This record gives sequence, structure tokens and C-alpha cells, in this order.
Amino acid sequence: MKRKDEVIEALEALGAKILQEIERGENPSLEVPIRSLSNVRYNPETRMLELGSERAKRYFFNVAHVRKFVQTVEAAALSKELKEVGKHLSLREAFYRMKRTLPGSDINLVDEQEESNQAIEDLELITNLSREKLHFNANKMGSVAGKVVIEDKGDVVDWSKLGSGGWSIPSNVEEIVFKEVKARFVLYMEKAAEWERLHEDRVWERLNCVIMCSQGQATRGVRRLLQRLHLEHGLPIYVLTDFDPWGFYIYSVLKFGSIGLAHISEQLAIPGAKFLGLTADDVERYDLKKHFIKFEEVDLRRLEQIAKYEWFKDNKEWQRQFKLMKQMGAKVELAALSSKGITFISEHYLPEKLRKQEFLD
Amino acid sequence: MAAKGEELAEKIREISVAEFFEKNRHLLGYENPTRSLLTVVKEAVENSTDAAEEAGILPEIKVEIQQLAEGRFKVMVEDNGPGIPSSKVPVAFAKFLVGSKFHRLRQSRGIQGIGIHGAVLYSQLTTGKPAKVLSSLGGNDPIHEFELMIDVTKNEPIVLSHRTLPNPKGWHGVRVELEVEGRYVDKITQSVPEYLRQTAIVNPFATLHFKGPNGASFTYRRRVEELPRQPKEIKPHPHGVELGLLRRMLSNTSAKTLLGFLTTEFCRVGRTSALEICSLASLNPGQHPQKLSGEEVLRLHKAMQSAKLMGPPTDCLSPLGEQMLLEGLKREFRAEKYVAVTRPPAVYRGNPFQIECGIAYGGELKEPVQILRFANRVPLLYHQGDCAFTQAIREVDWRRYGIPQDDFPKAPMVILLHFVSVWVPFTSEGKQALACYPEIMREAKLALQDAGRELSQYISRKERLREKQLRMGLFERYMPELAESLSKLTGRPKEEIMAQLERRLDEEKG
Repeated sequence: MKRKDEVIEALEALGAKILQEIERGENPSLEVPIRSLSNVRYNPETRMLELGSERAKRYFFNVAHVRKFVQTVEAAALSKELKEVGKHLSLREAFYRMKRTLPGSDINLVDEQEESNQAIEDLELITNLSREKLHFNANKMGSVAGKVVIEDKGDVVDWSKLGSGGWSIPSNVEEIVFKEVKARFVLYMEKAAEWERLHEDRVWERLNCVIMCSQGQATRGVRRLLQRLHLEHGLPIYVLTDFDPWGFYIYSVLKFGSIGLAHISEQLAIPGAKFLGLTADDVERYDLKKHFIKFEEVDLRRLEQIAKYEWFKDNKEWQRQFKLMKQMGAKVELAALSSKGITFISEHYLPEKLRKQEFLD
Repeated sequence: MAAKGEELAEKIREISVAEFFEKNRHLLGYENPTRSLLTVVKEAVENSTDAAEEAGILPEIKVEIQQLAEGRFKVMVEDNGPGIPSSKVPVAFAKFLVGSKFHRLRQSRGIQGIGIHGAVLYSQLTTGKPAKVLSSLGGNDPIHEFELMIDVTKNEPIVLSHRTLPNPKGWHGVRVELEVEGRYVDKITQSVPEYLRQTAIVNPFATLHFKGPNGASFTYRRRVEELPRQPKEIKPHPHGVELGLLRRMLSNTSAKTLLGFLTTEFCRVGRTSALEICSLASLNPGQHPQKLSGEEVLRLHKAMQSAKLMGPPTDCLSPLGEQMLLEGLKREFRAEKYVAVTRPPAVYRGNPFQIECGIAYGGELKEPVQILRFANRVPLLYHQGDCAFTQAIREVDWRRYGIPQDDFPKAPMVILLHFVSVWVPFTSEGKQALACYPEIMREAKLALQDAGRELSQYISRKERLREKQLRMGLFERYMPELAESLSKLTGRPKEEIMAQLERRLDEEKG
């Protein structure tokens, strides 16, 4: 109940500030931190991406600003309404809620979902409250299984007793309460296919862990759930991705945060996360070279970009990986491990890696 | 051009008038039935307006065209001018007075060519009917009615009849009636109604009445009750004299010495300049002008071109002036902005000239741009592509004045250009396009640029206002949304917030 008040208070304060400016005969304005690479810094102390102090002022009586200004205020009003009725809207639904034609014109308040998404992100930045707290949900996409019992909206859920599908991770995991956590670590993987392999092999039972996946870049709900398990229950997070620049970047986002969401790195990033594989050494050791997928031009460019990121720049282990990958000029998928045997990943690869504590930081 | 005019004049003397006309009718504006009818009207109207204007009378011209048969028309043009003394009427209408006007340098409509005589001859050649001319000096002078023909071999008038009619109202003026072959059109640019419409634009002090063969009739009433300044007659300037003209001036002069000839027949030539010309030409100043050899005339002509002389006087010109140009444009076009520029006089080849430009912009006008060309208050309807004015309009960078352009400017506007001079350098005897002399091009472009600048101020002011309105409109659209959202956030009534936003918007507008 108290948290709700915090959000409503922030939204009301925003409205009151704008109203005050109008009453004083000023041009009503909003101050929005700038969300771009130029205003994002890596903080070596916290090992997270942080938003810089650059702010843009947006005015209502400004031809270039008026649209975004009204969209953002509308997002705030919508958020307050959602709070008050205790409902959530997906980003898509929020788009339709905001999409309407201005009277006496052919102008729509928002034309594309990208616009309402941005208005909501701006609102996050202005109020310093996450999208989830503002009652907007992203797409959910992610599964989890393991020896953990939670309570969600009054339902008690045991992640080890949910059949072959596992528990589907909601977009908002703020209200989830952990009842019992027996698992000792979390295996996070990039692809649902790998998760299904591990689940079928009951890896979570054998290794006493939690297995979790999203699809491609981890959704906010997944990242937040990982972070909560890490921070609240001290579970180490081990990340499994393909051996390619894109896989490395998935790990990078989980660990350090992303440029687009640098303002909420604190709520999402997990500086303690470790990279389990695939590494260049795995490729050598498990004889995966015959499954090389040759680099395209974009792959090489992306690799070079990543190698230059501040948070990787001085990391010798990672630079070695980048260098080896560049030499190979190819990528390898996790799934390639199945060439060694159907359950090779579950029975050999993972236990071996874990036993040897072969992690990249 | 002058040279061409001279040549024609020489030829007319040598061959029979009829033969000459037949051979050259394409050069004289009679090349096809449509244009022939227009030329007949044009020659009569220009004669009439000149006559009234020279007498200081505000012109009122009546034009009527009746269709007599397929391809056959009766053209009647009547003016309120001073009239012509009855003894002079036959010569004025039925004898080619070629050359007489070439000595006389005065800004007038019928400045060169063969004018009304050509119309009379055209009528005679195509229908065999005499020209009917009515004239009176007004007051107690009766109305003299003539039926005239031209003796084409002797170039002498034949008076078929002359009778006097009572003139109870003291009418003065001239009325000409000609039967001609031709074709009447009214929907195209080169038509009689269009000619009269354009004439009205640059003659806002004239009233024009028209009755067409298809029952159409209209009147352009004068908007200005004052004539432009009377142009003064000047003598030729040595720099602008063509060889043919010089030859004829030499043979016609009453001067007994070359020195006397130069100082009396030309402007800006005093004793010193005359002696300089003679010395440049290695000629004896005391020589009799009529006794120069052909080769000596050539030397004299060359020396006259190269002598350093003051430019010709320019007070001989009578432009319409910016006010009258504006009145003329306003009479004809419903635009939102009118601009007029009268350039100061300039000189080309010893001839003083002046260029005027008027632009009507926007309002009910539509694209593409309309170009109206005039020379000494006469519309030029043919050969637009060959004209110096058209070229000047193309060469001006209209984008600089906020007007898009490809080749021609693209805007809903009318561009009027008026050439005023004692001698109009037409590209041909048809008198429809101005020659591209560099001085003329330069002045025309300057006139257009002056007008363009004034117009661009209006356009950019309008553009700014439009943008501001657009901006305010945008805020107005978003205001109810903002008020609604703020009302939800703060609990304050939407109307109250709207009222405050509207107050703020008013300040933005102010």
C-alpha cells in the first residue's frame, strides 16, 4: 500500500508542477534525462552502466516538443488511472489507450507504438520509477524451473512441479515472494530450446539449481527475477549463450545493464553474473570447429564494437576471447554440443565446467 | 528594327504599294485571317488613342466588329479625338507616308511601320470595298464622310465620295469602317478581346467599348482621370542613327553645310562635337550635305557612332508611372498584392528608353504565371518566346524572392513589363517582340528584381504569419489533451486548466 502512494505521489507532483507553471504564465516544461550513448557511462566502482547528468527540457509551447510533451503527460495520467484501479496494461494496450484523434484535426496523439513506448520510458526517467511500478508491462517471455517455491498473487507455486513447460515468467515480478529457495545457483540461457533440453534432462534436480531462459535479449521481468534471486538469496548467476558477438552482448546486458535502460541499471543489472560458455576454449576442447558458422561482415563489426566497450576494454580474459573469435572468424551455437551426444550438455559439459569453476567474469 | 523599317520604306518607293504589300503581308501582321483581323483593329485603335492623347483628350474608343458573311467582317473604330481637317483626311488614310515618321522621334503607339494605311489597303485587297472615314473637328464643323481607296500604282488617295452630315452635338473625332476578310476568335491570347483587355491595363486613363460579332460586348471604364505626361519629340542621337536613315536625312535636309546638318538635325551635337565628327570622318565641315559620295557617307556614319557625346535627353519619355500601373493591374486582376516599379530612364544605341514592371500576386490568380508585354502602351501578343522581356523573366533568380522557379517563376501571378521609348527595337516589322539589347535586358532584369524584392517582403511576411497561425493551431489542438491529462493528475477541473492555457496561448500569439 505504501509503494502505491509513492507512485501516485510522484505522478501528482508532476501534474502539480506543470499546472503551477501554467498558472504563473510560464511555458510548461518537463525535464527528461537524455537517453543516448553520449549520456551513458560505465561506472567501474559499481560495475554498471549509469545514466549521465545531461537533461533535455521539453516545452509545451514549442512546435518541436508539444507532441512528446503531451504524450508524456498522458502516459502519467494513464499510469495514475491504472494505479487507482489496480490494473496493468501491456505496452501494446497502453498504445491503444493513448491512441486517439485530437478534436478538430486529423492528428493522432500517438501514431505508432514506438511513440507510446518512448513516452512511458520518458516517464520512468522523469519520475525515477520503473515501468512495472507505473503499471505498464512489457511482453512476457521466459521460463523457469528449479527447487524454488514462490507466492504470486496468493498462489503458491513450486517451480519444480510444473511439468514440461515450467513456470512462465510474468513481465512484472515485483510482487513475487520467495517462500523457499533450495537451489544453489541459477543457469541462465539465451534460448528456449536449450532450456527445454536441460529441463527434460532434469538438470535443475541433478545440479540443484534453477534453470531460466528468455528468448534473445532477456526481458525486464527475467532480468529483475534473476537479480532478485542473486541479491535476495545470494544465488550465483551463470550465463550460457552461443559463441558469437550477439551472445556475448546478451551476457553484457545482464551483467552491466543496457544503454537504453541505463537509468534503471540498479534494478536490472547483475554485476556478479558470470559467463559459463560457450567460450573459445570450449570450441577447442569439445572439437566444435567442424560446426563453425562463418562470420558475416556484421558479425565482425559487432565484435569489434563490443571489444571496445569500456567495460570490456581492460578485461584481459574477455579480450582474449574476442581475439580468438576474430581469429576463428566464425561462430558456434550451443546446440552444436548435441553432436557429441543427446544429453552431452547436461551430463558432461555443464558438470565439467561447473566442477572446474571455469567462469569468465 | 530601324534598319528593317528603312529597307521597307526604300522598297515601297521602288515598287508598287500593292505589290509590296502582297509580298510582305506576313511581316506586317496580315499573315493569316485571325491575325489580320486583329491587326486591322490594332492599327485603328492605336491611331485613335494616339490622336486623342496628343490632343490632351482622355481617350474613349469604340470598337465594333460585325460579321457580314463567312470569313468577312466589318470593323468600326471610333474615337473622341480632335478629328482630322477634312482636306487632310484622304492623305491621312489612303496614302502611304512612309518615312515621314522616321524623322520624328516621339514616344507614340504607331511609332513605325505602315499603320492604318496597311489596314485600308488590306481591306481594299481582300474585299475591294472602299474605306469609310467619318471625321469632325467638333464645334461648328460638320461631319465629313469619305469613301476612300488607294491608287496602288501611284500611292495616291482616290476619293470615291465626300459628303457632309449635320453635327448637332458637336461631335469630334474620327470613325473608320473597313470591310475585311478575316476570322474572329475570342478564346485565345491572340484575339481582339484579349488585345483590348491588355490595352485597358496599360491605358487606365482610357475607356474602351467593344461589340463583338457574336453579340458579346464589354466596356473598360477609365480608372484615372488624368493623362500621363505628354512625351516630347526629340531629334535623333548620332549614336542611334542607322545608315539608311542618315542617307535620307542628308538628302532631305535644308542645311547647306555638313556642320549645319549635324548641329540642326541631331540632338546633343554642338559646334565642337560636329567638328570632331567631321575630323574623325576626314570630311570638310563646309561640304554640302547632298554632295557626299557613298563612301563618304559611310565614313560619316562610322564617325558619328564613335564620337564622344552626351547621352540623349530622357525627358522625352512618358512612362505610366507606378500609380497608374497599379490602377491598371487592379482594374483587371483580383490579386492580394500589387507591386509596380518604374525604372529611371536609360539609353540603348542613342535611344532613351525606360522600363516599367508591375506584378499582381495571389488572390484569385492561378498558376502558371501570366506574362504581359507592352511597348509604348501597346500589348505585344505574338512571339513571346523571342522577346527580350521573356528572356529577362527567365534570367531573374526568382527563388531569391521566395518564388519557386523552373525556367519561369512558378506562382499565381501576373508579370507586366512595359517598354517606353522614342524608338522600339522590334525584332520584326510585325512589332511583337523586343530585341535583346544588353541595356534593355539589364534594365528589364533590374525592374523585375526591384519588383521581386518588394513582393518577397510581402510573401515572407505572409509566410511568417501563416507559420505562426499553424503553430498556434497546433498548440490549440493539443491543449484539450493536456488539460484532460492534467486534470486527471491533479484533480482540478479541466475547464479551469483550459482557461489558463488559453490565456497563455493568447500571450504566445501576441
